[in-house]
Amino acid sequence: MRKAFCRTLTKIAATDPRVMLLTADLGFMVLEPFADAHPSRFLNVGVAEANMIGLATGLAAGGFVPFVYSIATFATMRGYEQIRNGPILHNVPVRIVGVGGGFEYGHGGFTHHALEDLGIARIQPGLTVIAPADHVQAAEAIRSTYAMPGPIYYRIGKRDDYVLPGLDGRFRLGRLETVGQGNDIVVISIGSISAEASAAVQRLSAKGVDATLAVVSSLRPAPVDDLRSLLDRFACAITVEEHYIDGGLGSLVCEVAAEMGSGCRVIRCGVKGMPSFCGGETCLREAQGLSSDGIFNSALKALGELGS
Amino acid sequence: MNRNLTVLSHEIRRIIIEESKRANVGHIGSALSVAEIIAALFDGALHKPGTDDPDRDRFILSKGHAALALYAALHVKGILDLDRLRTYCCDGSLLGVHPEHLLDGVDFSTGSLGHGLSIGAGAALAARLNEADYRCVVLVSDAECNEGSLWETVMFAAHHRLSNLVAIIDNNGQQAMGKTKDVIDLNPLGDKWRAFGWDVHDVDGHDPGMMAQTLASLDTRTGPPHVLVAETVCGKGVSFMEGKVEWHYLPLSEDQYSVALDELEAARR
Repeated sequence: MRKAFCRTLTKIAATDPRVMLLTADLGFMVLEPFADAHPSRFLNVGVAEANMIGLATGLAAGGFVPFVYSIATFATMRGYEQIRNGPILHNVPVRIVGVGGGFEYGHGGFTHHALEDLGIARIQPGLTVIAPADHVQAAEAIRSTYAMPGPIYYRIGKRDDYVLPGLDGRFRLGRLETVGQGNDIVVISIGSISAEASAAVQRLSAKGVDATLAVVSSLRPAPVDDLRSLLDRFACAITVEEHYIDGGLGSLVCEVAAEMGSGCRVIRCGVKGMPSFCGGETCLREAQGLSSDGIFNSALKALGELGS
Repeated sequence: MNRNLTVLSHEIRRIIIEESKRANVGHIGSALSVAEIIAALFDGALHKPGTDDPDRDRFILSKGHAALALYAALHVKGILDLDRLRTYCCDGSLLGVHPEHLLDGVDFSTGSLGHGLSIGAGAALAARLNEADYRCVVLVSDAECNEGSLWETVMFAAHHRLSNLVAIIDNNGQQAMGKTKDVIDLNPLGDKWRAFGWDVHDVDGHDPGMMAQTLASLDTRTGPPHVLVAETVCGKGVSFMEGKVEWHYLPLSEDQYSVALDELEAARR
């Protein structure tokens, strides 16, 4: 998604002179197309995320649409207060691009694992929160939202070689996109981990369990009406996110279920605690039950419990 | 001294004392500290301050806890009417202890230290990219220089030669829990900014004419960003407040109010 992001933004900037790209010294071998095409609107501010957010606030107030880029942990948390008191408070179009949510920077270790970025972003009124599932959807999400008036957080995955089967790049702000029409269980996922959720749904199908995959890419505005429809239709929902189980997608679905008095059981698959060892993305996902196997097993277990 | 500026400084002080007493709130010392700085800015140094003219100089009160001094200047300059000024710290008002951008005349909301200079640098950069002439002036407190985020911007602005960015440091030597020299000694403060590549000017922060002259002399089209290290006294103008840490917090009693107004009136004459 990183390259899709840069490719898309480079094209947008060719026709929209307001668009700028700021990085806090990250994006080597990723951001060069933008920097080469629009050198006067590309700025490496140095390793200084808090300053980057402040600069972007001043630029946005001055008529620009600045994108600020860093690894998701640094992009959201180092300057969190500046995001709150800057673009959110002043309602100006700063775009915060956090790369590599969850365990995507696997061996980089805990400092590089964004496990709460969506949660801390979605609680801020006025901040649009978008987490695409693949690079095709990421490009569409950026194209269709970049010109909105207020601030946006984009959680952008690292992979540019994966396309989620059946999603076809669909993106609508405040809506979710479904893949398949199974009636036995719904798997609701967000972001890059949707690849594992999709694989789990295919395995369930092979096992005779008809599942629907619902991809949530817009966490704020939340797809509340779509979620209500799903929760009405299914007896069990599995949420899947590469994020702490508290505060993100699973919490959102539980909030909607509780407020509507839904009888649908919600099982949250996510990161349950701080990892106690190093490992690659696949290893860390597996350890948290977030591989396709883990999601598949969670679904079967939930269905078994419902049946018993 | 420039007589108009001196009159405006006195007027700002009087309003600070009257409104803080009416609202029964503190932060009086910090507001009194910047009366002459605000007077110099709002009576000549800034281009169309407090208006919505796109070419106006931007002003950011990064030490937002001195908002009452800003409200006073906006009132004296006819931007904030008396009825509205009198809503300071009332429920439902836009005039809080820290400035809100929804209030006419306030470019950016502030209140959290170490943030305003970066917004100012962004605004200055926007002016340069838009080939606009406006400058951006940011008033920071000395203790605000404790914030690491401020120094990120100090480095950035020097590297990018943001000549249209002007920082003014209210160097009153006082912070929330004591004297700056006892908490985190900042000296030599001007040398620190100079070492980072800024054009440094040491000024008397209670001489508005001198500050206006200095501000007018700055080359804001080429060269490095500028900083005025303004030597000030926290609580300036009210003898029992000067240099006393408690006036970061305390509201005025009836007796203190009376003495403060008498002293200000005596100084005005």
